[in-house]
Amino acid sequence: MSSTQPLANKDSYLAIRGLQKEYTAGNPILKGIDFDITEPGIVAIIGPSGTGKSTLLRCINRLIDPTAGEIRFDDQDLSQAKGQQLRALRCKIGMVFQEYNLVERLTVIENVLTGRLGYMSAWQAWRRNFSQQDINTAFELLNSVGLAEHANKRADSLSGGQRQRVGIARAVMQNPRILLADEPTSSLDPKTAVEIMELLELFSSEKDIPALVNIHDVKLARRFAKRMIGMSEGVIVYDGPPEGITDDHLKQIYGGESWLV
Amino acid sequence: MARLDTSSTPENPFKANWSIRGIWLVVAIYLVYSFNAMGLSWARIEDGLGHANTLLGRMFPPNFSRWELLLGGLAESLEMAVIASFFGIVLSLFLGLFAARNMMPNWVSIPVRGFIALCRTFHPVIIAILFVKSVGFGPLAGILTLVVASIGFIAKLFAEAIEEISLKQVEAIRATGAGFASVILFSVMPQVFSRFIGFSTYQLDSNLRNSTMVGIVGAGGLGGTLFSAFQRFDYDFVAAILITIIALIMFGELLSNIVRRIFR
Repeated sequence: MSSTQPLANKDSYLAIRGLQKEYTAGNPILKGIDFDITEPGIVAIIGPSGTGKSTLLRCINRLIDPTAGEIRFDDQDLSQAKGQQLRALRCKIGMVFQEYNLVERLTVIENVLTGRLGYMSAWQAWRRNFSQQDINTAFELLNSVGLAEHANKRADSLSGGQRQRVGIARAVMQNPRILLADEPTSSLDPKTAVEIMELLELFSSEKDIPALVNIHDVKLARRFAKRMIGMSEGVIVYDGPPEGITDDHLKQIYGGESWLV
Repeated sequence: MARLDTSSTPENPFKANWSIRGIWLVVAIYLVYSFNAMGLSWARIEDGLGHANTLLGRMFPPNFSRWELLLGGLAESLEMAVIASFFGIVLSLFLGLFAARNMMPNWVSIPVRGFIALCRTFHPVIIAILFVKSVGFGPLAGILTLVVASIGFIAKLFAEAIEEISLKQVEAIRATGAGFASVILFSVMPQVFSRFIGFSTYQLDSNLRNSTMVGIVGAGGLGGTLFSAFQRFDYDFVAAILITIIALIMFGELLSNIVRRIFR
């Protein structure tokens, strides 16, 4: 599966080659993933649960260490980065989580500001010494996700949709070169899910960056994605525009057909 | 679906358990045996209560005439408790973090857990004797004793609190590119802070109590005054000291309630 195309040029946001991950030896969950992200906009990664979508995203920002393969990001091989270098690269990758993963005991605005921690020393973090510019940006972001009046509420007092907006604001606060979103809508109702996708689309175009979104709602993916990647059993089985994805592809990705109505 | 077998009558699930009855019987027999072995008879108890009566009679009214000695011991106990709590809590913060199995690799957490367990092993009186023998009489031995006792108790509680946190929040902060210290400050501490305050005030309370005890073996504080008063049969002064200790403990209780309310 691994191709021999040259890695990464100036237009590349992310290039992945031969990415493999096995949690237990001999039982790979990612079996050689290759793709390039060369344009801003939403890239939807679809596929059934357990097919390695979350693992793929977590390998990109190294919350999980890949077993083999190369991840080219910002002209460096992210798969080999360590310590300071890894943290500097993570700063440039914003992540949005399925269950929001906000620090519940902190306020909304504090949660947004944590997006800047990667740029601060431990000493600055200890003194909560966020620059005035960061604080201004945090309030602007909170305003643009529509939560300005909730700034000083504790994060655990918000509803799911509101929490995910904070999660997005925190990721954008990092001033990232790419956004990763792991099932950002699957804990939310259909209307809120669309609003969250609209926000991801908004920031993606505003910042001119790509957003890799794991999603299992095919309809929602088709509506927002510029490009879709279909995964099944650890390999990519479709990679192209949303218009090109057919029922046959979906059958191959998800298996069965009774759900296709 | 499996059908219940109705041919035989089902047993009562609360049936008698003979092995448990046997254990109860053994406990009862041992209790009776122990009473006999100790020679505890009514006559002995009556005799003892008579002595207690004389003691109580000589304790009242309490004698506060040597209040300077009393106040000196009290101040020393209080200072020992505060100093020991400060260092005990600060050390426990780090030890607790290093002992938490979800934050540290095994080669760090296992030795640290072992050290904490060692601090818990001995009663403060035994530790106090060890310190009096090694650093000499006086409050330094008492402070070291209370620091060790604090570590044995709250470092373990801190570690357990850290092990119960939600790792999702930690993952999110790590994903921002934050360094280890920032991850601890912004995702671990917010989750455990209010529990830490609770444990710490409890430990201050406990150190206040123990600071009046370690003096009995010569490690400074009000306990020394109490012990010599006992030895000189100054029971009215003993009563005054005991009342002072009660006041000190109640003051500590009040203080920790205030602290808890502030940090809630």
